[in-house]
Amino acid sequence: MAVKRGADIIVDVLLAEGVDTIFGLPGGAIMEVYDALFDAPFRNILTRHEQAAAHMADGYARASGKVGVVMATSGPGATNLVTGLATAFMDSVPLVAITGQVPRHYIGTDAFQEADVVGITRPITKHNFLVTDIKDLPLIIRQAFYIARTGRPGPVLIDVPKDITQQKSDYRIPTDDEVEKSLPGYKPHVEGNYVQIKKAAEFIRKAKRPVLYVGGGVIISGASEELKELAELTKIPVTTTNMGKGAFPETHPLALHMLGMHGTYYANMAVYNADLLIAVGARFDDRVTGKIQEFAPEAKIIHIDIDPASISKNITVDVPIVGDVKNVLKKLIKELKKKPFEWEKAREAWLKQIEKWKNEHPLTYEKSDKVIKPQYVIEEVYNITKGDAIITAGVGQHQMWAAMFYKYSFPRQFLNSGGLGTMGYGFPAAVGAKIARPEKEVIAIEGDGSFIMNIQDIATAVQYRIPVKVVIINNEFLGMVRQWQEFFYDSRYASVCLSVQPDFVKLAESFGAVGLRAKKPKEVRPVLEEAMSINDRPVIIDMVVDREENVLPMVPAGKSYREMLLSPGEKGKAETMYLVG
Amino acid sequence: MEQEIKTVKLRPEPPKRIGRHIIVVRVQHNFGVLTRITNLFASRGYNIESLTVGVTHEPNIARITIVVKGDERVIEQIIKQLRKLIETLRVRDITTIPHIERELVLIKVHTGDEKARDEIMRLVNIFRAKIVDVSIDTYTIEVTGDTNKIEAFIDLLRPFGIKDLARTGTLAISRESAKYKYAKQIE
Ligand SMILES: Cc1ncc(C[n+]2csc(CCOP(=O)(O)OP(=O)(O)O)c2C)c(N)n1
Ligand SMILES: [Mg+2]
Repeated sequence: MAVKRGADIIVDVLLAEGVDTIFGLPGGAIMEVYDALFDAPFRNILTRHEQAAAHMADGYARASGKVGVVMATSGPGATNLVTGLATAFMDSVPLVAITGQVPRHYIGTDAFQEADVVGITRPITKHNFLVTDIKDLPLIIRQAFYIARTGRPGPVLIDVPKDITQQKSDYRIPTDDEVEKSLPGYKPHVEGNYVQIKKAAEFIRKAKRPVLYVGGGVIISGASEELKELAELTKIPVTTTNMGKGAFPETHPLALHMLGMHGTYYANMAVYNADLLIAVGARFDDRVTGKIQEFAPEAKIIHIDIDPASISKNITVDVPIVGDVKNVLKKLIKELKKKPFEWEKAREAWLKQIEKWKNEHPLTYEKSDKVIKPQYVIEEVYNITKGDAIITAGVGQHQMWAAMFYKYSFPRQFLNSGGLGTMGYGFPAAVGAKIARPEKEVIAIEGDGSFIMNIQDIATAVQYRIPVKVVIINNEFLGMVRQWQEFFYDSRYASVCLSVQPDFVKLAESFGAVGLRAKKPKEVRPVLEEAMSINDRPVIIDMVVDREENVLPMVPAGKSYREMLLSPGEKGKAETMYLVG
Repeated sequence: MEQEIKTVKLRPEPPKRIGRHIIVVRVQHNFGVLTRITNLFASRGYNIESLTVGVTHEPNIARITIVVKGDERVIEQIIKQLRKLIETLRVRDITTIPHIERELVLIKVHTGDEKARDEIMRLVNIFRAKIVDVSIDTYTIEVTGDTNKIEAFIDLLRPFGIKDLARTGTLAISRESAKYKYAKQIE
């Protein structure tokens, strides 16, 4: 048994957990830990804002599947993490946040930089800890990692009072077995119920119009191969949520692309007319279902998810299967293969109908050679990266275009804040992703409004030479809000015009990054080419786009798929209320 | 499947079944665990009728009895959310299995004249309650029982003027005797 400072114990346990990168920003209460990090073999990324640190750790985690680690000081440092933690919580991202706290004897005295961080973060973490005894420190850190990455993953916060980081103690790193035994109420490994799986197989055999509705759970569980096998075996078309993008190759003939509020016509038509919906690692979010009473009104529902609380929460399910998606899909495939079945024949009519819908209303937009269409920018980003880049996005119209017009083909390829919808996520997440996957091209599709929310961290990307590309879809608007105002508030553009902006090119240059700009459609390709040739610094590209372009199709919030707004009319507005049946 | 639509199709919804449920939760007796549970109810808008906590015979395990009213789907969701907490060991809805329910109440009631005092004494006897403190113009009464009995007792005392009242909330435990076919149920 060694005797060490609390701060050094933290470092040792992090090393034992296999941590290689830490994102954060120091301050009084966590200085001891930073002192210990000074000699430790971690990649220590000093960010310019703790929110960015949290999003970087999140991007790192989503891109790699490993646990992201973020550190901050007490009080304001910790409260700056809140949005990042909530973002990770909503999207089931494994993070461990270590925050400094005021010394134990000051807790509860309104001491300098004291905040009840455990209280504040309780509802937005999977679990959190306040360390009250140095003897518990090694176990708590190991528990935190175990909880963060197992079951339905999520962020875990550890609040460590400064005096504990300074105190010396003997310690031992607990074994895996000890960690599991120390959490008797936590049972993350669930095997899918065989009876239910058998029933699901029966439902699939009987179905005439089945659809696979796939969410982020497939990516988290690493079940893309199994999903593909299931879809190809049973010839069932696949629609993914925003979070599920990349779980199934979008170039595949069975791909219906995204469903829901900004889903494709054919995905929404397929779901609306389905007689069986197989939800895999998805959670029937309101952005997916619209008016819940009219969501897939004729479909029986099979729901596979690791989180029992996700099942029958928003919608009543016919065949609930609690379990790790990969596991369950494997068993389901095995079950389906037991009896021969003529899948081709069974699906013929349904797939023909879907083909018809695809041809009737493919995903499209009005092209222009005068002004840059945002969708065109995304298409060109797709072309120049040959569909192989990791894409992150902020929140707004640009996020939806990034989801719709880039075709994703592998898991962990599209990172965005699907659940919380956090503006400011895209760029720092790209930095984190690039650190996790340096061999990949990483491109942040940002809005002018979103990017500026974490713009300070260009400095971080420059300092550590992280060559991410930022493509700003610059419409000088909080575009998504403007679109809603146009559609639902009589075009009263209240507080959405970003008429004062920095010169993004000069701004990039002032940070030591490269700044580029395109104003005309024909400039888009050359500018992207130039950007791709730079690999030692971040590149910020200001794409000056059509200001009032809208994201379509759209199912207005809380409405039924029947009320999908489909195509831009003459003035670029959605005029048609389509009835689908 | 054809393009026209005749009537709006709706998903069949199960009927609502509102009822009172007793949920028993065993948790690791850690710092902050109770806040986690009450937070869960508050943040999801579930209404608690009563909640009681106490340590069990195992010092690191606490037992919480929660009484909630709600639709069965909401109750199911509550139970799932409770199970999701890292520190919960076991969650059971014991509403429909044989169980014993108890609540303890302390009531300060105005006594007024002798007639009132006699009447109150009579009620105390009938309800097998106890007078635990006496002043010139009040009795403090202790009574235990299930919610129905307690409510009835309080209602009967109301006309005399209740000065103060404290209740523990419901405690419940399943009946071991019900496990054995021939065991006598002792109320
Ligand atoms: C932190 C935060 N604040 C407010 C919102 C509400 N909101 C959603 S989209 C949006 C506009 C985003 O503007 P921009 O980043 O320029 O993207 P655009 O829609 O123009 O592409 C806003 C304000 C949000 N999602 N996140
Ligand atoms: Mg914008």
